[in-house]
Amino acid sequence: MTNIANPTMISDSQPHLQEPALKMEGVSIFYGSTPAIREVYLDIPAHQITAFIGPSGCGKSTVLRCFNRTNDLIPGAKVTGNVFFRGVNLYSKKVDPVEVRRRIGMVFQKPNPFPKSIYENIAFGARINGYQGDMDQLVENSLRRAAIWDEVKDKLKDSGLSLSGGQQQRLCIARAIAIQPEVILMDEPCSALDPISTLRIEELMQELKEQYTIVIVTHNMQQASRVSDKTAFFNAEATEQGGKLGFLVEYDDTVNIFTNPKQDFTRDYVSGRFG
Amino acid sequence: MSSNPYSAPQLPDAHSSDFQPALNKRYKLDRFFEFLTWIATFVGLLVLMMLLYDVISDGASRLSWQFISSFPSRRPAAAGLLSALVGSIWLLCVTAILSFPIGVGAGIFLEEFAPDNFFTQIIEINIGNLAAVPSIIYGLLGLQVFSRIMRPITGGPSVLTGGMTLALLILPIIIVATRESLRAVPNSLRQGGFAVGATRWQVIRNLILPQAIPGILTGTILALSRAVGETAPLITIGALTFIAFLPPLSLEGLQTDFTALPIQIYNWVSRPQPEFHTNAAAGIIVLMVVLLTMNTTAVLLRNKFQKGRI
Ligand SMILES: Nc1ncnc2c1ncn2[C@@H]1O[C@H](COP(=O)(O)OP(=O)(O)OP(=O)(O)O)[C@@H](O)[C@H]1O
Ligand SMILES: [Mg+2]
Repeated sequence: MTNIANPTMISDSQPHLQEPALKMEGVSIFYGSTPAIREVYLDIPAHQITAFIGPSGCGKSTVLRCFNRTNDLIPGAKVTGNVFFRGVNLYSKKVDPVEVRRRIGMVFQKPNPFPKSIYENIAFGARINGYQGDMDQLVENSLRRAAIWDEVKDKLKDSGLSLSGGQQQRLCIARAIAIQPEVILMDEPCSALDPISTLRIEELMQELKEQYTIVIVTHNMQQASRVSDKTAFFNAEATEQGGKLGFLVEYDDTVNIFTNPKQDFTRDYVSGRFG
Repeated sequence: MSSNPYSAPQLPDAHSSDFQPALNKRYKLDRFFEFLTWIATFVGLLVLMMLLYDVISDGASRLSWQFISSFPSRRPAAAGLLSALVGSIWLLCVTAILSFPIGVGAGIFLEEFAPDNFFTQIIEINIGNLAAVPSIIYGLLGLQVFSRIMRPITGGPSVLTGGMTLALLILPIIIVATRESLRAVPNSLRQGGFAVGATRWQVIRNLILPQAIPGILTGTILALSRAVGETAPLITIGALTFIAFLPPLSLEGLQTDFTALPIQIYNWVSRPQPEFHTNAAAGIIVLMVVLLTMNTTAVLLRNKFQKGRI
């Protein structure tokens, strides 16, 4: 682990396996004065894969963005309640959001490679965070782990934007791995991928969870049941103002959610009989 | 007979009869608007051509090395625009050095750093308004503040005063151009940068600015072209018309009196002798060459930066 110039409250000690990696306590999120999600209580275990499922617009991405404080960047977005990362409140004044984002990486719903070379796409994050090791090695390793090395090894100088959508997404995953985060947040990372790349990403996630904690948003029920250890089902209800307010319906081991859910809602959704 | 250009071979009959494509009518409308835009382009070009022809036929014969390398004179045949040309170039440099960093800096602050609140909205509206203030008002401001109050620093109606006045004049244009260019960079790029742990400035410096710089440069150079052609504010601050020396290339040079191409041209046009009118036409040609050079530079710079980014 590299030395951190900027002192934060986040400790560097080995995580206790019992302690959740991430924890939400009564988190509500607002865009302006409109509430988007209400009162979420959630424990995300370390070194496991947690899937967020639920209908479009119910607030999965919004909740995910809380974990690395990218909601801070949206004008008018407001988070109430507490979010803990290994016991430290991420929204406490002493926590530096820039350091949070290096430790908790993110892959976005739409691939967004930097308009730089493939090599630079990986090296950029490492360099600005003061990476001391061998950069070429880091780039190669990250690209290999994201199952894209063979496709790009001969054109590392080409633009990241010259890749296909699926390749771009894997490049973004490689970019997220390269800064060696502890948690990786993935917002529908496979929605632009073919079945073979999807399978590779899923294998990759299984491999990564030895080292990382993974939270993934997905619309693909099979994917959620295949890869995740725990599943959170979100839904939204109509509010009096005519908007939609998201909430957490059920959170349990993936097996239970898919075979023996406690709520009828969940049963209908996972079996495809929703609405 | 159908006027549909893609008429042969005909498709088999459609299954649904709920649509009435009326292709003929739509293609006619297409051609009608094509014609309108063509007329608009043609009218613009025609007027421009006539102006060019008028100026060149009047002034081209007067263009010579002597004309460019001589100081103004009472005898039209001996007069030249050396001091005006050098003054304009001087002025341009001072204006660019003052307005580029301030304008781009302010644009970056307003677009990337400033919170969106009542205060910044007021600033935004006012910058928009400033861009529309007549240039003579800036001249009056320059006269009072730079030329009179700040006389110990600027030395009166000097190159520095002129440059500062013109910089003020084009500042709003540069700020607006900078903001537009920054706004055109997609937000997903910023999010991607933040997600790998970049600070705000690192995101701006490494990811946003490289995308925005061609637009910023184009806006700046177009604003500078406007500054080169400005006459009113320079006359207002009291720039002279008869300068028979070149400002020395030093800090004192900034404080010397100056004249500029548009002032010289204006002065020649307002004389009774027709020979001076020929001089004015030749001066306009020189001014146009300067402007053309600047606009070409803008295009070249933009292309260079666009090629540089991948
Ligand atoms: N930047 C924003 N500004 C204002 N409202 C937003 C913003 N982002 C999301 N919302 C609102 O918050 C609610 C939840 O959006 P969110 O993107 O979290 O849904 P989602 O569950 O990720 O949907 P999907 O599955 O389609 O990606 C929506 O009603 C949306 O309109
Ligand atoms: Mg989403």
